[in-house]
Parts: sequence; structure tokens; C-alpha cells
Amino acid sequence: MPWNPFVTKNSDSFRAILFLLPSWILLLLFIAGPILMTFYFSFTNMSLTGSAAQNIEFIGFRNFVKMFSDPTFQTSVMNTILFLIFSAIIGQQILGFLIAFLMKERAVHFRRIIGVLVLAGWITPEIIVAFIWFAFLSNEGTLNYVLGWVGIAPVAWLFKFPMVSVVVANIWHGTAFSMLVYQAALDDVPKDVEEAAKIDGANGWQRLWRIILPMIRGSVMTNMVLITLQTLGVFTLIYALTGGGPGTQSETLPIFMYDQAFINYQLGYGTAISLVLLVIGIIASLLYVKFLKVEI
Amino acid sequence: MNKRKMRRQFMGQTVPYLILVFLGLLFFVPLLWMIFSSFDARAGLTISLPHEWTLGNFASVLSDPDIQRSFVNGVFLSFVSSLVLVIVAGLAAYPLSRYQLRFNKPFIFTVLFMSGLPITAVMVPVFQLFLFLHFQNSLIATMFFLAASGLPYGIWMMKNFMDSVPVSLEESAWIDGASVWTGLNKVVAPLMLPGIFTVGIFTFTASWGNFFVPYILIQSPEKLPASVTIYQFFGQHGLVQYGKLASFSLIYTIPVVVLYILGQRFMSKGFSFGGATKG
Repeated sequence: MPWNPFVTKNSDSFRAILFLLPSWILLLLFIAGPILMTFYFSFTNMSLTGSAAQNIEFIGFRNFVKMFSDPTFQTSVMNTILFLIFSAIIGQQILGFLIAFLMKERAVHFRRIIGVLVLAGWITPEIIVAFIWFAFLSNEGTLNYVLGWVGIAPVAWLFKFPMVSVVVANIWHGTAFSMLVYQAALDDVPKDVEEAAKIDGANGWQRLWRIILPMIRGSVMTNMVLITLQTLGVFTLIYALTGGGPGTQSETLPIFMYDQAFINYQLGYGTAISLVLLVIGIIASLLYVKFLKVEI
Repeated sequence: MNKRKMRRQFMGQTVPYLILVFLGLLFFVPLLWMIFSSFDARAGLTISLPHEWTLGNFASVLSDPDIQRSFVNGVFLSFVSSLVLVIVAGLAAYPLSRYQLRFNKPFIFTVLFMSGLPITAVMVPVFQLFLFLHFQNSLIATMFFLAASGLPYGIWMMKNFMDSVPVSLEESAWIDGASVWTGLNKVVAPLMLPGIFTVGIFTFTASWGNFFVPYILIQSPEKLPASVTIYQFFGQHGLVQYGKLASFSLIYTIPVVVLYILGQRFMSKGFSFGGATKG
């Protein structure tokens, strides 16, 4: 950084604080505050109705004992893990890379058209994504219609395979992000390194595994953490598409948290579930800061 | 030998094109339902060319006063929150980018860390906070929460954009007698307009598409934005009119598409993660 007349003077610290103050207030009140509250309220019996709505009591680990013995919690943890693995890590990550990789040397106009189609799924608002996939997968929907051409009887996809349905819809919605990340990363791989490997006789697979992937592993890790965080927070898509059902078959942690806090009015219990989500998020977010090698 | 060459040509050139065309279709087909059904007087759940082309779905959605109000609410929540965010993030970015202060580094890491946290995880405690402060059902408080939730990422983007504006330009303004404020206003801000628009568009579309936050924090039907109204509107009508649902969906999606096209040129910059790609 070149010479800066404002670095050393005391008045400049003051001015800097003045500039930073609005963001500090907003972040403390609305983000840091609720995070701290999570740690407190998850140990209370706070409720929206009844006596516990008036007198909030500290109940120790009772919410957590209840949670870990709740079969719905166990189901939603399993579903959250499946959702993360199949829709984010396998689905979006691999499909996004595949699209970016295959597009690398294609004609510009072709790239643009395919890129726009993939991006359309991404910029479509989540609630609309849910409607679109509801239509696509429902009994009288397009998928069953198309399968009817080859003589396959209609399948109630959303009821028979609710997890597969939400996974597919989320891949459709989220893949563009990974595609954009990998397009940017692949553009940064120096052409001459790849050319040299080609001349030395490396085939396509070898170039991919030995040259390209090691060179973009920073992006792979960052993208992995980011899409994990995004997917962990998915509520709207599942809520509107299957509602977590049938039964609890597609219930994930955010849906379970919502049900307990806002349907059963058990805010304390709901907060305990948020704490679990939050801790997973905090770990993933710390990994993200660690992988993102920033120069500040 | 020609056979082998042809095979390689096929594997290297034709197969990738075929795969990409196939994937492109998979991404495109589900969208067709929304587009076709919105113009269809007798729309069902299957994608088909409209039986009877009509603009009636759009007319009835756009003339519904509840839906109109939900769009106004949505624009208020998204536009004002992104305006607040751009100003607050722009102010914060200035000392973070220009001064070397002891608390800059920990603050930037905190901001970066917060930008990763899924907002879903804090919605229950945010609701409790809103109860506690008697903010529930307030559009203004919800707007501020939306601004705050986008702020970590906004500050981070703003700082990066500001880092790319040379300090030397500001220094010459200072030598000419400009104050810090004038320098920021007249020199830095105009040069980072693309950045400001990117952050603004990004946060506008994020709030516009947000269903969960207003769904939790706002109770009165007349205060709900379009994202929630569209869900409740069709949840409450036993018999869903798919044509209307599709046209509401399309109308609701169009602003995002338009803004995305406007902002696209600058947005792609945000995806290279700075030096991270070099591993």
C-alpha cells in the first residue's frame, strides 16, 4: 500500500470507527445477537403459548436429551446428511464441474446458450423452483407423461421418492453456482501447462487428474464448503415441495426446526435444533475462511 | 488408422456436445411448464403448448389488489434493504480498504465467517429477538434484518471492489484540498459504480426471492411480500388454477432475470475467489 496520510493519526481511528459503526450495529443486533441468544434460549422452555410463554425457565440440557431421543430428529439428521451428500457434494459439485469442463473448448455461442440454460435454474427464485418441480414430478406431471410414451405407468414421485425429488430439484437449482466457480477456476489454469502435458503424451484423464484438478483444488475446497453451507440452509424448496413428508420421509433439520418452533410452538426446543444447525454451519464456515486464502 | 482417428474425433468433439445439449435440455424442460401454462386458459400440470392462448392469467393476477400489494411490499423489502446495505457496506469498506488499523483484520475475518453462516439457522432466535423487541410484523424491522443478513457478503464484495480503485487518485484529490468524505464521494464512489450495482443487484434479488424470512417475521396478510403471497395464495385455494399460478410465477421471476442480465457483466468477477483458485 502506498503512502497514506491517514494511517497514523488518532483522529483517523475515530473516523474509521464512525464509518464502521452502522455495520457493527446491524451485525451485532441482527446476526451476532441471535447467535448468542441461541446459546441461551436452547436451554430454556420458551414457548409461544401456555405458561412457558410468560415465565421462561432455564431447564438445562432437557431440550437436548429430548432431541437426541426423538426419532424425527434422527430421521432429519439422516436426511440432512443424504441431502448434503447427494444434492450438494455429488450432484452440484460434480455436475457443475462436468458442465464447466465440457464447455471449456466449445464454440462461444454454444457455451453461452448452455450457460444460460443452467443459469436459468439458478436465478429462478426458490419458491418457484418448488412449483416447477411440483408440476414436473406430480402424478399428472411431465415426467410421468413422458414415461407414458415408453409404457411406464405413472409413479407418484413426490410420495414414493420424496428425498430423490428434493435432491433433484436442488441440483437443478444450485448447479449453476458450481459451474460458474469452475469456469472461473478453469480459465485460470495456464494453457501452456496443459499443452506441455499433452505433448508429453498425457491423455485426457491424466491431464484432468494430474494437472487440472490439483491446480484448482483451492476452488474445489472452497466450493465444497460454500455449497455445503448453502444446502444446509435450504428450507423453502423442501417446505414447498414435500413439506418434509410424506410423514417425516424428507424432513431435514431446517424443516424439523420450523415444525417444532412454529407449528408446535416450542421455541426453546426449536432453538436447541437451531443450535445444532448453527454449530454445523460454524464449523463449515470456519473451514471456508481457512480454505479461502485471503490477503488482507 | 482413420477409424481410430474418427473415433477419437467423436469422443473428443461430438460426445461433449451431445452431453451438453442433453444437460441443457434437462435444465430447460422444467421451466417450459411455467412459460406455456401462463399463457394457457386451461393449464394443467403437464407441459404442453397452450390449448387456448390467452393473456387472461396475467390480467387476473395483475389486477388482483392483494397481489399488487404483495409486489409493492416485496419491492419495499428488497429495494430499501439493498439500498441500506449498499450504503452501510460502502461506508464499512472504506476504512477496511484504505486504513491499516489493528481491528481491521479480525473484523474482516468475522465478516467473512458470517457470510458463510446459513441464515436459516438463526431464524428461530431472530424470531425470539423480534418478539422481545416487539418488532414482529414490522416491514421496516424485517427490511433491516434482510439488510443485515446480506451485509457480511456485501462488505466483503465492497471491500474487494474498493481495493481495485487506486489510492493515488484519491491522494491527488487530497492534495487539491478535498476532504476524506469528498474523496470517497467524488473519486472512489464513481469509480466503483459497477461494484455498487453488483452488490445492489445481488442483494435485491436475494431479498426478492427470500421466502423464509418474511414468512417467519411477518404475520399480517397485507404486509406479506410476493414470495409468501404466491405460496399462501395457492395453498389456500383448494382447487389450484395452474394457469394463474404459472403466470404469477413468471411475473415474480421476471425482475430477477432482468436484473441478472443487467448485472451479469460484473458478477462473474465474484466467482474467482481472488487468489484461492491458484491453490
